[in-house]
Amino acid sequence: MRRFSWFNATSLTLGFAFLYLPMIILVIYSFNASRLVTVWGGFSTRWYGELLQDEAFLDAAWVTLRVAVFSSTIATVLGTLAAIVMVRMGRFRGRTLFSGMIYAPLVMPEVITGLSLLLLFIGIGLDRGIFTVVLAHTTFSMCYVSVVVSSRLATFDTALEEAALDLGCTQAQAFRLVTLPIIAPAVISGWLLAFTLSLDDLVIASFTTGPSATTLPIKIFSSIRLGVSPQINALSTILIALVTVGVIAASLATKRRADAAERDARAAIRT
Amino acid sequence: MSQTVFAPWSDPGAKPLIEFRNVTKRFGDFTAIDGLSLGIYEKEFFALLGPSGCGKTTMMRMLAGFETPTEGSILLSGQDLGRVPPNRRAVNMMFQSYALFPHLSVWENIAFGLKREKQDKDAIDARVTEMLRLTRLEKFKSRKPHQISGGQRQRVALARSLAKAPKLLLLDEPLGALDRKLREETQFELMDIQEKTGTTFVIVTHDQEEAMTVASRVAVMDEGRLVQVATPPEIYEQPATTYVADFIGDVSLIAGRAKPAGERVEIAWAEGQPPIVATSETSLSTDQSVHFAIRPEKVHISKERDETRPNLLQGKVEDIAYLGNISTYHVRLSDGTLLKAQSTNHRRLANRGITWEDEVYLSFTETAGVVLTE
Repeated sequence: MRRFSWFNATSLTLGFAFLYLPMIILVIYSFNASRLVTVWGGFSTRWYGELLQDEAFLDAAWVTLRVAVFSSTIATVLGTLAAIVMVRMGRFRGRTLFSGMIYAPLVMPEVITGLSLLLLFIGIGLDRGIFTVVLAHTTFSMCYVSVVVSSRLATFDTALEEAALDLGCTQAQAFRLVTLPIIAPAVISGWLLAFTLSLDDLVIASFTTGPSATTLPIKIFSSIRLGVSPQINALSTILIALVTVGVIAASLATKRRADAAERDARAAIRT
Repeated sequence: MSQTVFAPWSDPGAKPLIEFRNVTKRFGDFTAIDGLSLGIYEKEFFALLGPSGCGKTTMMRMLAGFETPTEGSILLSGQDLGRVPPNRRAVNMMFQSYALFPHLSVWENIAFGLKREKQDKDAIDARVTEMLRLTRLEKFKSRKPHQISGGQRQRVALARSLAKAPKLLLLDEPLGALDRKLREETQFELMDIQEKTGTTFVIVTHDQEEAMTVASRVAVMDEGRLVQVATPPEIYEQPATTYVADFIGDVSLIAGRAKPAGERVEIAWAEGQPPIVATSETSLSTDQSVHFAIRPEKVHISKERDETRPNLLQGKVEDIAYLGNISTYHVRLSDGTLLKAQSTNHRRLANRGITWEDEVYLSFTETAGVVLTE
């Protein structure tokens, strides 16, 4: 047991205050009855009610959700394939170059990615809208998926796949019946990562979208420019709540699985 | 009815189940298997033995279909395996890491290969139950691989690879992950299962004791070549080269020059010492440089000089390795050669006379050792 020290307590408080104070203020002001954002006018939930009446916000939320689901799903398929090629193909000429090129978008400034995609879409005469945003999000989130999946594949025992082949599987069956179920957790976390990246992307979406498809971050950002409305605070609070619930649920599920595995291992030793 | 000895390799009419014909395998510049020919017969328990990097695993992987020979061909029941993919061979493999599917239960692991054959449900059920009984795993059938012990996992791996009733079962260091006691038990279990199923087993191992225990024949490999293929007693008693003699069991090697005298051969090994008298099956020429190899347990050790004993040598005890049931004495001869002698400790330690720095006399019969030219 470590002893209590004022130094530790202070650094902990300061650290967490630094991280969470802005969000706490935002949550408090979302329940502000006053129209003025910085003046407290008593407790109220009217901004939540108004938010649900606002068609424009609901539309934007729906667009964002669709973009996130489609782009993260496509990115997961492509990213997983890229990871398999990079980990499994062994050494070939230009392997380092190829793997570098897969990971380069990770460090590429978003503005450049957005701009180059915009130029491409104009160049090939593609009408900008929800489709182009999905394409753009797939492009940049694919490399994140690929990183997550290839780190799992690197520790994957290839003897498992060989065993599947040995027992009569074709290559495709071996992948579907053995490899995929085993790397599934990494594929799912890759999907979740791509999904959240797509949810909160502002820069790339604003480059590649058209008037028909306004995502939630674009909507929020544009309404901020007309002055911060308490409605935005309410919306942000809802988002924070969703993310918190999601993170807690995910970590609880992981912990439960780890506990179960440990319990099973102990049971195995006893017998 | 007299029991016939199982030795298809000495029957010229017998057709081998597996035949390696001048097989060479290269990985880039490295030659893993060098022009190797070998026949393995049905119902054999064949061991490939050698240090790591000798090519034994490559041979096994070529049989399984994970590697293809660079030159030469491998035949299974007379048919060229050539580029037949692993999933179309009547060959199954038990992997060193067991490679059990972690997301499937013991039952599903064993049924995996049968389900690929599109057998009907009842047939699969019956076969899996049979395999579970054979490997005594009935109680664990619904457990996942991480919920059972190492020994049980090993049995699941065996059951899974036997489920499809392969013509040939490959075992890659199957007992490497088990502790000594369990390994010894499992060796006998393996032999038992091999006998019950009548499957041809090829085992890869670097553990010479394991190979000697389980196998009907042992192939000793070195740098992609077969050094000797023979039964365990032959390998031990009649090693073909000093490499085999040294690799299998404990041995003392004495270098010398041969002087054939009829059926016997005299080996001059040191100035002023009487020659070692031995028998040799190969004909030797006078003054040919040879090695005399002798196993420690065939050397008699005594403090008294007994002139009636053959090949009497004098030396000084340098080291004693006490193993409980036996003791090995390292005796330095007058010219500096080290000779090991072993004796069983049939008396309590305190009652035996030989200790460090004692002058002792070693002796062995003319047929106790082997004369090696390579």
